[in-house]
Amino acid sequence: MQGTVKFIQGNEVCVEAALYAGLEFFAGYPITPSTEIAEAMSARLPQIGGRFLQMEDEIASICAIIGASLTGRKVMTATSGPGFSLMQEALGYAVMTEIPCVIVDVQRGGPSTGLPTHVGQGDFNQARYGTHGDHAIVALTASNHQDMFAITVEAFNIAEIFRTPVILLFDEVTGHMREKVVIPEKDEIALVDRLRTSVESGVDYHPYLPREDGRLPMSDFGGVHRYNVTGLYHDMWGFPSDDPKIVYGLIRHLMDKIQNYAGKMTFFRQDYIEDAHTVLVSYGAAARSARHLVENRRKRGERLGLLELQTLWPFPGDVVRKVCKNADYIVVVELNTGQVIREVKLAVDRPERVYLANRIDGQLISPTDIQNILRLLHGKGV
Amino acid sequence: MSVKDYIRERFFPHMWCPGCGHGVVLNAMIRAVESLGMSKNEIVMVSGIGCSARISGYVDFHSMHTIHGRALAFATGIKMSRPELNVIVPMGDGDALAIGGNHFLHAARRNIEMTAIVMNNRIYGMTGGQFSPLSGYAAAASTAPYGNIDHGFDIAKLSEAAGATFVARTTTYHVHELSRLIRDAILHEGFSVLEVLTQCPTYFGRYNRAGDAPEMMETYKNRTVAVGSEKKNQDPELIERGVFVKKELPEYCREYEKVIEKNQQKQT
Ligand SMILES: Cc1ncc(C[n+]2csc(CCOP(=O)(O)OP(=O)(O)O)c2C)c(N)n1
Ligand code: SF4
Repeated sequence: MQGTVKFIQGNEVCVEAALYAGLEFFAGYPITPSTEIAEAMSARLPQIGGRFLQMEDEIASICAIIGASLTGRKVMTATSGPGFSLMQEALGYAVMTEIPCVIVDVQRGGPSTGLPTHVGQGDFNQARYGTHGDHAIVALTASNHQDMFAITVEAFNIAEIFRTPVILLFDEVTGHMREKVVIPEKDEIALVDRLRTSVESGVDYHPYLPREDGRLPMSDFGGVHRYNVTGLYHDMWGFPSDDPKIVYGLIRHLMDKIQNYAGKMTFFRQDYIEDAHTVLVSYGAAARSARHLVENRRKRGERLGLLELQTLWPFPGDVVRKVCKNADYIVVVELNTGQVIREVKLAVDRPERVYLANRIDGQLISPTDIQNILRLLHGKGV
Repeated sequence: MSVKDYIRERFFPHMWCPGCGHGVVLNAMIRAVESLGMSKNEIVMVSGIGCSARISGYVDFHSMHTIHGRALAFATGIKMSRPELNVIVPMGDGDALAIGGNHFLHAARRNIEMTAIVMNNRIYGMTGGQFSPLSGYAAAASTAPYGNIDHGFDIAKLSEAAGATFVARTTTYHVHELSRLIRDAILHEGFSVLEVLTQCPTYFGRYNRAGDAPEMMETYKNRTVAVGSEKKNQDPELIERGVFVKKELPEYCREYEKVIEKNQQKQT
């Protein structure tokens, strides 16, 4: 890959990628371990004519970016666990009103204020189930800086195409770790902008009438089409409605526009899967240790494989099932009491083969930790 | 243009009870906008949740009906990214000052140019008559069956202390004044707050034996006086109407434009 080589923190990579993707507006409230994102944004955005706002809290932050997005900007906010909890109501609003935005959650140990400067991966369920009501959501992650760059750009593309909030679930280790990243040349990664309506001024514009492919052409607030945006169930004009047909149609649309196109937002890495009798399924920081172990053990001829998830929601169950088909042992490596393992068990055809390798003490799981668990497993010591 | 040109007839009949003051505010707002001769495309209305918040759906502007208490935060994002738009934020007293209290203080502190209209009916209308932070001591409400022991805010003093650069108050009885003050608030270059004493006959009126809508408006007529009036000295219980604060201070969006100007790297 061509481009500028940098040696920076993951949080800074996220900033570079967002700007590369065309970010123009950021609002946030400082919280460890995500704060460096807000700091870098405050310096970088005015340089490109963009806007940085430090709001009074996380609720205000997500509300401000939703408002700004409606005027046609690419927008983002960043936070960590407790702040992400505060954002849930407005996140549901963005889902319901179909306003593109990107929300970064650099996870730390929880619950509550938990472990501000230590790693955890406990927000997987919060990303999907944090808001009230039924809806689909997109959540992506990465384990290294180069992937983090690509995934962040992808998050903006998905948000714009599908008019949906996209959550980036990073973690303290990847956020604070420094490593090399190549910032690609302009145009090296394709960027997508939201579809804008071609309906002319004075002609009836339907802001909430999906095209056949599920996409909804938008009109920027402040432009020639005046319409209503509401978190209530609404018809194609954006008018509140509780007509059962309209309610049913809207919730189906919100679910289907993500689920039917899940393939377009499914990212993962698979290595040494062909002949693996044990497949490690992991993501984020934990996947770095899993990868290290798999590569080491392969050198000794052990049949270990790795499935690293980058799309967490919609959960790529089909990929998991296919990749794990021939494995005798499936070991989910994560930094919580077992969140992704539940989805893996639902995905595979024999869930009794699925085991957990985790750490829940604020420390990153090490390759040795995982190996110890595998040793027990292979020796049938479990 | 006639009033009808500013409303979305598809939305009518409106959801307010007969006699509710919110409709008076809607009417006055439309008259204010009309007198300013603004294009409807230049106006964005952002509201939260409550009976009052439904006003944004009824007007033919760019409109956003958001979540409870957060209208000013959404509006801040809109205004910052398109400072040329006129942003009007109607809120109920609970919306603006209970759940939204923090956003209210901070929007005032930033002095971001927008018009906050607090429709103060001293009660939570939409949820059925619970006391609000403006109900006042001894008021009756569905969650204050033994009389309210919470003290109310003085919205005008609070706004001024928080940094709002235009602060005014009027009532739904004083419709011409209401329309004029909305107009002045929109024209003001900074954060403007207009408190409108408005009646909720359905809940506040009923619980507090304040009479029907005309009677409640009659009370506004009798119990309020113009700012600086002699009568206030004789009867301190009277409520003042009019403009309390009007001053110039740097406006937030313009300040940020300066940050951009100074730091924007010249693109080649
Ligand atoms: C987060 C949240 N909490 C509570 C509610 C319920 N709720 C809806 S409107 C309202 C209060 C309305 O009172 P006010 O803002 O004074 O406006 P009014 O209806 O009197 O015009 C409440 C508590 C809600 N919608 N969202
Ligand atoms: S409940 Fe009160 S505030 Fe709500 S519409 Fe009826 S009169 Fe108006």
